[in-house]
Amino acid sequence: MQGTHKSSRILQPVRPWFIVFSLFLALLLNMLPTRQWPFMPDWVLLTLCFWHVREWRKVGMGWAFTLGLAMDVADGAALGQHALAYVLVAYGATALSRRMLWFPLSPQALHVLPLMLLAQAVQLLLRIMAGGDFPGWSQFISPLISTLLWGPVSLLLLLPQYQPVERDENRPL
Amino acid sequence: MAALDHAPPPFFKRGPAPLALLSFYVACSIALFVLDLRFHALDAARQGISLVTDPLQRLAQAPMRMLTEGSEYFVALETLEAENRALQAARLEAAPALLRLAQLEAENERLRQLLNLQTREKAAGQAARILYTARDPFSRRVYLDKGQQQNLVPGQPVIDEKGIIGQITRVFPFSAEVTLITDKQQAVPVQILRTGQRSVVFGLGNGQVELKYIPANADVQVGDTLVTSGLDGIYLPGFPVAQVAHVERDSAYAFARIVATPTAAVESHGVVMVLDPRPPHPPHPEPLPDKPRAKGRPAAAPQGN
Repeated sequence: MQGTHKSSRILQPVRPWFIVFSLFLALLLNMLPTRQWPFMPDWVLLTLCFWHVREWRKVGMGWAFTLGLAMDVADGAALGQHALAYVLVAYGATALSRRMLWFPLSPQALHVLPLMLLAQAVQLLLRIMAGGDFPGWSQFISPLISTLLWGPVSLLLLLPQYQPVERDENRPL
Repeated sequence: MAALDHAPPPFFKRGPAPLALLSFYVACSIALFVLDLRFHALDAARQGISLVTDPLQRLAQAPMRMLTEGSEYFVALETLEAENRALQAARLEAAPALLRLAQLEAENERLRQLLNLQTREKAAGQAARILYTARDPFSRRVYLDKGQQQNLVPGQPVIDEKGIIGQITRVFPFSAEVTLITDKQQAVPVQILRTGQRSVVFGLGNGQVELKYIPANADVQVGDTLVTSGLDGIYLPGFPVAQVAHVERDSAYAFARIVATPTAAVESHGVVMVLDPRPPHPPHPEPLPDKPRAKGRPAAAPQGN
């Protein structure tokens, strides 16, 4: 498969229902009972970040805010905690998107790493300021794993757009 | 040249600038955060959002639940028979105590009436199932599958077959949030069963609880059972809470450092019992009008020497 950063490949336009479907799936993944594993990545954040980089005109910051509130309630966290982190990442991803798309996937992941770390740090800082105890450095493994997953998730979410415009019956793919 | 004063109309309408949007949403989030944590004013909003997230959460956990329940269904006949035998033996062992319990309770009530003591409150409640554990790393909470529809209210104690698990802190339409006794913000007034000394246990956040404000020279031993003292008006007295696991006496501090392990299976999933809320305490008696002071004399100390 050819890298999307190369200009020779023109992708199909994204279908809006696919954006909604992928975010819904990420929400379900985030709601799995994974309390014992603090290193699980934040799937919603990763998917949101991807769509903000690729389609920042279609996916606005309001999506990040709404999904953040849903995650706050689902996690039993303080209201506004995830919302703030997601909105900050949405802004950062939109700002970085013109630059990021010139790079192959692994340098793109390096751009994503500070965003993921920022999201985690903002949440921890907010809660510690509100009187919580620092839950341990293991919380910072999850942004690293999110960064490693950037490549596979990007390829997966771009798959529908890789389809050729005209179906050729004799071509296998 | 009035035309120069006007900016040309934009070619593409794209809404507010990103930075303006960002500041708006950041301000909203921080306002929500403060309102929620400082003033606890957003429980209605939380209940509203939970109407959407609750079904999703149940949907996400359904495969896992089906797997565990499916494996329970295909459990071997031998295992079930062994479990059945063990349960019957346990029931037989408990029978001498249990059979006389009703008679003892009645007798206790009669004696209390004779002595003009307040009658003991009876424990009643409804069974519920733990749905899932909250993912928030700062707290220790679980969610039950019953909520406002089953008339749960915040403050109801939750127990399992071995002791206290926690207390309902938030109620949603179809689920309820239980803060475990191991949560950092949870405190339970207890009594040491052996000596009768009262104190309070606080959650440590790591699966254990700490018995605080016990003098360093107090009679506390490893293995002592802590039961609820019932002084808070929430937990009924006499339920086991924890067992002392570690006592550290340091003469530099006035209080001993005592760590205890909860007797109930606090951090594992299962079926629990939600006890009915206790009737509210009678109000404190009004202080009597201070007659000596009315006459211009200083109030007498309560205990004369």
